[in-house]
Amino acid sequence: MSLTPTLAAVRFGTGLSPRHGSPSGAADVLAGLLGPDEAAQAIPLEGWNILVRRSIAWGPLRRARNDGEAEKAAYDAHYGKMRQVFFSTLARVLARAATTRDGFRERLQWFWADHFTIPDGLGRRRLSVAGYHEDAIRPHVAGRFGDLLEAAVTHPAMVDYLDQRHSMGPNSRRARNGGGLNENLARELLELHTLGVDGPYSQGDVRQLAELLTGLSFNEVGDRHFRNAYAEPGPEIVLGRSYGGQKSDPEAIRAVLADLSIHPATARHVSGKLARHFVSDDPPADLIETMTMRWIATDGDLPSVYAVMLDHPASAEPELRKVRQPLDYIAAATRALDAGEALLSLGTRQIRTGLALPLELMGQPWQKVPGPDGWPEAAEDWITPQGLAARIDWAMRMPDALPALPDPRAFVDVALGPLASERTRFAARAAESRADGIGLILSAPEFHRR
Amino acid sequence: MTMLDRRRFLTTAACSLAASPLVTPVAFAALPSDHRLVVVILRGGMDGLDVLQPYGDPGLAALRPGFEIGPGAGAMDLTGFHAMHPGLADLAPLWRAGELGFAQAVSTPYRDGRSHFDGQDILEAGTAGDVPSLTRRDGWLNRLLSVLPGAEGRTAFAIGRDDMLLLRGTAPHAAWVPDARLEMEAATRDLLMHVYHDDPLFRDKAAEALLLSAQGPAVKVGRGDTVEALFGFAATQLAGESRIAAMSLSGWDTHRGQPRQLSRALQRLSQGILTLRDGLGPAWSRTTVLAMTEFGRTARENGTNGTDHGTGGTLIAAGGAIAGGQVWGAWPGLGEADLLDRRDLMPLRDVRAYAAWALHGLYGVDRRVLSTLVFPGLEMGRDPGLLG
Repeated sequence: MSLTPTLAAVRFGTGLSPRHGSPSGAADVLAGLLGPDEAAQAIPLEGWNILVRRSIAWGPLRRARNDGEAEKAAYDAHYGKMRQVFFSTLARVLARAATTRDGFRERLQWFWADHFTIPDGLGRRRLSVAGYHEDAIRPHVAGRFGDLLEAAVTHPAMVDYLDQRHSMGPNSRRARNGGGLNENLARELLELHTLGVDGPYSQGDVRQLAELLTGLSFNEVGDRHFRNAYAEPGPEIVLGRSYGGQKSDPEAIRAVLADLSIHPATARHVSGKLARHFVSDDPPADLIETMTMRWIATDGDLPSVYAVMLDHPASAEPELRKVRQPLDYIAAATRALDAGEALLSLGTRQIRTGLALPLELMGQPWQKVPGPDGWPEAAEDWITPQGLAARIDWAMRMPDALPALPDPRAFVDVALGPLASERTRFAARAAESRADGIGLILSAPEFHRR
Repeated sequence: MTMLDRRRFLTTAACSLAASPLVTPVAFAALPSDHRLVVVILRGGMDGLDVLQPYGDPGLAALRPGFEIGPGAGAMDLTGFHAMHPGLADLAPLWRAGELGFAQAVSTPYRDGRSHFDGQDILEAGTAGDVPSLTRRDGWLNRLLSVLPGAEGRTAFAIGRDDMLLLRGTAPHAAWVPDARLEMEAATRDLLMHVYHDDPLFRDKAAEALLLSAQGPAVKVGRGDTVEALFGFAATQLAGESRIAAMSLSGWDTHRGQPRQLSRALQRLSQGILTLRDGLGPAWSRTTVLAMTEFGRTARENGTNGTDHGTGGTLIAAGGAIAGGQVWGAWPGLGEADLLDRRDLMPLRDVRAYAAWALHGLYGVDRRVLSTLVFPGLEMGRDPGLLG
């Protein structure tokens, strides 16, 4: 049994499209990923260096806003721009997914952004996290895990989120004036990003790794910066291996990340996450095993690991065991309706009410992940009464906003192809209006599942 | 489709809808209790000294020369020592009926910082002062559910758009935003349930959503976080088979312009409590409302007609089940040496102790379970007599 075009598009992409054919199979999915990043070229997004500078400028402008009319206007204009970019990024991210030939790349970006979760926050992370996704995650989804790990973990947004900025070695120069170690990033790096919570590490490893990471920081404009004065003089022993010398050394951080990226426990933990995300909430053990073996054999070459997953019989099984997360769901719906380009012309207000508010009600507010462990995977976490009501409500109302609607009897084939159940086909024929018919098709279990 | 098709289909759809256990009215087998508990998290740090004004202590006027204080300034005298902020005036009948009370000089065990987020996390997680870890965190109401015999998915509701850490955890509970809606023509609804017929997950959750969206007051989209919507929906659920509701109100972070801001926040809370009372009907007599905040505010007013983040504060209790009409807890005083760090009202009791004694009284939860599982590290101390 090998991956059908429909499942290639639905399970590993952003759904079926009236514009593009589906990938012919596993090899075609991978070929798309290894080609150029057409979606980012067609629909570019601003990077971290632009967004973080706006976030940093926000504070002084806000504090000055009560000083006079001009200050108030300057603040309003600046904050308005930040919000406009924040919401238009949502529309553009969806438009990429709705128009791309290479949906696997979009799905991978979302997966890895979730694996290395950073929620929107205060200060430097105010409405700026999309820049991290664009710079640190996207360029590495088709490369080595080690490069992705280093880009994500040492990124200023991560250093800020997991409190690394203020962490200083107990014997560092800076600590003589007070201050100390913060283990947050070291712990999450081992527990979430690499070895996994049941991985072969101890509290001593967390502590040593935290000492090794001291110095990781950023400068006043939000760019990466290593602070020698914060760095603990080495060496540190992590998982039995010694890193760094007497002098503080960012190279030692690179070395430990490289080792962690190819550790067998990392291979197993992250392969399991990939399988649970793409294939099944409860993936077969041999799928994870084969992916782990390939990871170890290729030193974490991600396309090689994906290839094993795509070729595995579990990926081709017809039963739809996963549920699309809300962002993925809205992307697939706009893709099926060929409304991707229309997304690009929406105003902030329309994006808020038509996309951001529905996402929030569906349980996945845009860039507001609840914690560093990311969004839940299980179908039951998403298909709650509230979450499902929000999905159905959106599906039933959204068609009204479109200029022309397809005939539901034809749309059922566009949106679902061979996945459409007899019950859904019946509802598409029996609906009282075109909009209702389309809403019902987009509400069908086989449209929410993949 | 032909008429015959349609009729046959509608009959089957109607049958399958009625067969769903969630649509058929069923008595819940073993409800944990008929006591209702509503926990309201007041986000932002409520100034307990302004809500329950200890005007009998001369220190108050000295620390807050710019504030309106005591019965002479419009507050309602409660005890001859305490007066109630005019923003709560609508609740005066509740005080007289013994359905409103205050615990003074309380706080969570949070001490080392004054961050809203850490403070709220500690309050909702019910920890002994440690900030709960970012992952695998759960709330004390969820841990309560795990030890309530007969508790199931609809026993407790998180209401509103806020992510309530208070109810997060492994024990099943329900969540709903009052402006979530699932309104459609009957024929479309029947078609939807026809489409869902063979998928139990979608069928059951859709049936439950249809029920929930038909309950409670009608709420416009985007207005789901208003007090009418939140407390109205809570009243509807608690009047039925639910027993516990959790929600939050913000607007308490009064760094500047406190008189106006606090009045507005207190009026919203009053309106919420009255909405609950009116909606609950006879069940109000079995209801306990606990309104708690992450920390109190500085004893002194600041330079912008407000107060800054502090420590000791006030718990507001309401409901027909409480022994209200009184102020619980000892008074630490407001002299320079009485204050914590010479700046904050000294907390004399862990706010978790009041919650724990309420849970003990309402649901018979064992004291050892309360002080280890629900509120780790809590010294419950003597029963403050919150309940009637």
